[in-house]
Amino acid sequence: MSETLDKPALNIVGTRPIRPDGADKVTGRAAYGADHSMPGQLVGKILRSPHAHARIVSIDTSKARAVPGVKAIITASDFPDLASEVLEGGEQASNLRDLSLNVMARDKALYHGHAVAAVAAASSEAADEALARIKVTYEVLPHVLDVEPAMAADAPLLHAHLFTEGLEAKATAPSNIAKRHRNVRGDPEGAFAAAEVTVEGRYTTQAVHQGYIEPHATVAAWAEDGRCEVWSSSQGQFMVRTYCARILGIEISDIRVTPAEIGGGFGGKTTVYLEPVALALSRASGHPVKIVMSREDVFRATGPTSGSVMHVKLGASADGTITSAHVDLKFQAGAFPGSPVGAACMTALACYDIANFSIVGWDVVTNTPKVAAYRAPGAPIAAFAVESAMDELARKLGMDPIALREKNAVRNGTKAAYGPTFQNIGYLETLAAIRDSEHYKSPLGPNQGRGVAVGFWFNVGGESTAAVNIGEDGSAVVVTGNPDIGGSRASMAMMAAETLGVPVDRVRPIIGDTASIGYSMLTGGSRTTFATGMAVVQAAEKVILDLRQRTAKLWDVSLDHVVWRMGQAECTDPAKPDKKPMTLAALAAQSARTGGPISAQVSLNAQGAGPGFGVHLCDLEVDPETGHVTVVRYTAAQDVGKAIHPAYVEGQIQGGVAQGVGWALNEAYIFDRQGLMENPGFLDYRMPVASDLPMLDTIMVEVPNPAHPFGAKGVGEVPIVPPLAAVANALRGAIGVRIPHLPLSPPVVLEALDSKAE
Amino acid sequence: MSKTHVTTTVNGDTAEFLASPGMTLLDALRDELGLTGAKEGCGSGDCGACSVMLDGRLVCSCLVLAPEVEGRRVETIEGMAQGGQLHPLQQKFLEHAALQCGFCTPGLLVASKALLDANPDPTETEARYWLAGNLCRCTGYDKIIRAVMDAAAELRQERTA
Amino acid sequence: MSQLAYIAPSSPEEAASALAASGARPLSGGTDLLVQLRAGRAKPDVIVDLKKVAGAIGIREAGGGFVIGASTSGAVLGEHAGLVRAWPGVVEGANLIGSTQVQGRASLAGNLCNASPAADGVPALIAARATCLIVGPNGRREAPVESIAVGPGKTSLAPGEFILEFRLPPRPARASDAYLRLIPRTEMDIAVAGCGVNLVLDAAGAVAEAHVAIGAVAPTALLVAEAGAALVGGKLDEASLDAMTAAVRAACRPISDKRGTADYRTRIAGVLARRAALIAFERAGGMR
Repeated sequence: MSETLDKPALNIVGTRPIRPDGADKVTGRAAYGADHSMPGQLVGKILRSPHAHARIVSIDTSKARAVPGVKAIITASDFPDLASEVLEGGEQASNLRDLSLNVMARDKALYHGHAVAAVAAASSEAADEALARIKVTYEVLPHVLDVEPAMAADAPLLHAHLFTEGLEAKATAPSNIAKRHRNVRGDPEGAFAAAEVTVEGRYTTQAVHQGYIEPHATVAAWAEDGRCEVWSSSQGQFMVRTYCARILGIEISDIRVTPAEIGGGFGGKTTVYLEPVALALSRASGHPVKIVMSREDVFRATGPTSGSVMHVKLGASADGTITSAHVDLKFQAGAFPGSPVGAACMTALACYDIANFSIVGWDVVTNTPKVAAYRAPGAPIAAFAVESAMDELARKLGMDPIALREKNAVRNGTKAAYGPTFQNIGYLETLAAIRDSEHYKSPLGPNQGRGVAVGFWFNVGGESTAAVNIGEDGSAVVVTGNPDIGGSRASMAMMAAETLGVPVDRVRPIIGDTASIGYSMLTGGSRTTFATGMAVVQAAEKVILDLRQRTAKLWDVSLDHVVWRMGQAECTDPAKPDKKPMTLAALAAQSARTGGPISAQVSLNAQGAGPGFGVHLCDLEVDPETGHVTVVRYTAAQDVGKAIHPAYVEGQIQGGVAQGVGWALNEAYIFDRQGLMENPGFLDYRMPVASDLPMLDTIMVEVPNPAHPFGAKGVGEVPIVPPLAAVANALRGAIGVRIPHLPLSPPVVLEALDSKAE
Repeated sequence: MSKTHVTTTVNGDTAEFLASPGMTLLDALRDELGLTGAKEGCGSGDCGACSVMLDGRLVCSCLVLAPEVEGRRVETIEGMAQGGQLHPLQQKFLEHAALQCGFCTPGLLVASKALLDANPDPTETEARYWLAGNLCRCTGYDKIIRAVMDAAAELRQERTA
Repeated sequence: MSQLAYIAPSSPEEAASALAASGARPLSGGTDLLVQLRAGRAKPDVIVDLKKVAGAIGIREAGGGFVIGASTSGAVLGEHAGLVRAWPGVVEGANLIGSTQVQGRASLAGNLCNASPAADGVPALIAARATCLIVGPNGRREAPVESIAVGPGKTSLAPGEFILEFRLPPRPARASDAYLRLIPRTEMDIAVAGCGVNLVLDAAGAVAEAHVAIGAVAPTALLVAEAGAALVGGKLDEASLDAMTAAVRAACRPISDKRGTADYRTRIAGVLARRAALIAFERAGGMR
């Protein structure tokens, strides 16, 4: 840490100021997706497939058009029939044709809730009436929901032209398997043969939803001159612009997207569902159109992440050195290819230094909603299997679970299972933080168990733009292109203030629309504080350089003799001892005389996002008569690089834990025999409520990321990776049997208790 | 289509609107009165984002028919800050970083205020159960509960001072 | 397009005559009706708000027992110290319906007449031997609570009839009740199983009278006479608790659905009955 000696102490970064958008958000003033209206707007509504899999034979809209107040009805024929093409710009690459077909079904409805038509009407009642009068003739087809049945040779085929990628021999027949991923190191089979101890298990998880409380909402207007305005709640206004333009076949220059406040996303708002439909309805009706999803629509037609079937085998020597691993991951992609199984394969063994392994992943389409990114996509699922197996290995070896992980941990210089060589990681420090915690040493009560699990996420950088504009009073406006999903305005303002040397309340952070700030990748991948923060700092540094240059001219000294310190220019030229420091405010006041307004913009493609590691510790208690599980204590440690605003970093960790606990205990998509979702609401899709959880303790480990001006690493995704297994391992400890299937609901737990008794 | 004329009191002021059939209080607040602080997260009373006070009782405004509020008293998040001053709960939510996306925040604040009005000194468990009808997906509730308990302590102090 | 009228009559007779019209639906707390309206599962022509009907809201003591206005919200029930003292199980059942917000609206009449097999407010009322005062176009009648729901979503009420009051019998000394349910979370769920137990003890502390009612394990909540009988005469010794638990499980006729399997529900009903009996016994001042 010697380099920090050269750096000035931090005054703002690392403190906990009140967020700049706080007052708006505690008074109800902040405007989210559904809170915006345009004059003369119509109500848009979407007709959705009542079947899990059906050919659309015909759509008769004539009776619907006759409903008074109905202004437009559209179907897939109102959208261009697009060719298959890979599109960048979302959280992960998407196929343009699939994206378009997911927004509006063309020939086939591929899941219950798939959009098949849309109406725009003067009132909600008229729109409902019109939906009821659209006659769609379906030919119902056999459906398949689960991943293994979908892989069977005789499974109903979703796509006649889907051939498996990634096989040694080119696939000759279509199937539901979109892709096979494979990564092998060393000689796993030979190493298994020589292993002194092995464990093996089959693990399953169900599809779960991101569960943001704000349903998707948009209002869009297509003007007579072809210029489009879109207001929507998403994780990226530029993503919305690109996707709308491509799906509708128009120029991005014709679309301006304004980001609303976003009421949660967790990856689920990294794609479009409503915006192209609202635009098409606006074009057809000549009026702005607003569409707001119901909660039921959100469950049926957006999100979720994959259900899975996984197989893990670990081999070790008696001293606990893991010598071989085999991981097989089968992931449900939903109606179109693109499950996060690739990332799951990359992260599955990322915490471990293992000489021999094989990791195989399968991306499989099913008659369920097309999966969307969900917080560290794929990683929690794989970690559930691998960390459960690690727990079994520790038990079999008679080793402390943290000691086993320490023995096999990746360190600086280790070549990661997914390729790169780790540097500046804080994994061992994070393991030690839990090992040395009071929680880890505390005793357990009756019917209680304790579980440990670890998790990894890459974190990403990427393209961002930031502008810093200095007001004539020396205040600053920071403009970025990233929706603030969890407090990022605060960290942007803090980093700018720290760099400029001004109080944080002199900086106002703004999120620009697509026409007022340069391109920025969406808010996702835990990239905003890292990448956009880097752009903000660089823009502030450009402003400082400009200020120094202006001051040098005013003082008639060389640039080298003007330093910027604590928000003011200071003269270091010994020949000019009379030059009093000039504050930012003083310089701003005379900016007209020194070259005009002071501002700078930086666009960059940030590299060097530091990978993140988390170690979680969960205590739970089981009611042995009912199988009901209560999490009684939880501690999550994570290497965060440098916490810019520690309260929001803690909040990210706590939120990830809560989601992971819900995933572990109760959340799941439930389908009936016809493939219809049975629990599309918060009553039966059981996310944790306040009384379900204890306080969630956090330990922030700070091993700085040298690629970031203040050492920040992404923090938002890592914390959802370990909890599934931490809970499952704690339950294993409490009841003495392993339940390898999520969710760990009371009936499942009681059944496991019975099986033990027998 | 016939509409019902409704006269009610919202945040202390008389408000009038026309209720279409089936319109909920939430729809009326948002679409007729322009008060968009109450949010629709579910429309079925399961998330609490639309929480308001009706004659001093905490309710989900999505579960109240608009004509039902004729002659009654409605209080929303928009009326919580008084005279340009945030309510202590609002202030504590900010100080404790008890919100991330902020979408559930108005409902949680209205519900928390109802709690502290009814029970100035709740235990953590009481606070958690009282607020169980307010879903938050961002925070894991930790900082929300801390903010509520801290605001309760401050309000108790104010009362005794 | 449907016309939907809203009326809020003040006299019981007016309400009964409005409800007698086809397409009329009563509105009590509204926490089920509004959800059904939104989902399109209910399409009434007229909504008759019963909360303005004289007597529909409020709690009074009468003849040694309690009379509860049928549309009184759960929150109001929970704030009535006398009712909570005499019938803690009835109140805790009512107070388990939904969130604090739902408690501000939801009523026992709505919970009963929505006729969900899993209604949390109902088993303890049945165990309490509560009756309903029913008002209809042909006058008034009184009926036991367990006679109202006849199947999921179905009641025995004739067109135009509605419940105006619940009547809880006089409470002797050494008597109490309890209601427990199991849900996967700690709040906000529909009961997987529920059980209300109402006990009256004699001067020696033995059970003189016992009523056990179960919910979510049959098409309607059930009064299990054999379960109550198993407790009478003793002080909840293990044998009587086992006999009661067996009687409860024998009475269960549950379905398997997204909320729980039939086997699980049956088993849990027994567990809850045992626990609820012990709580009621202790509340009544019993010593095992």
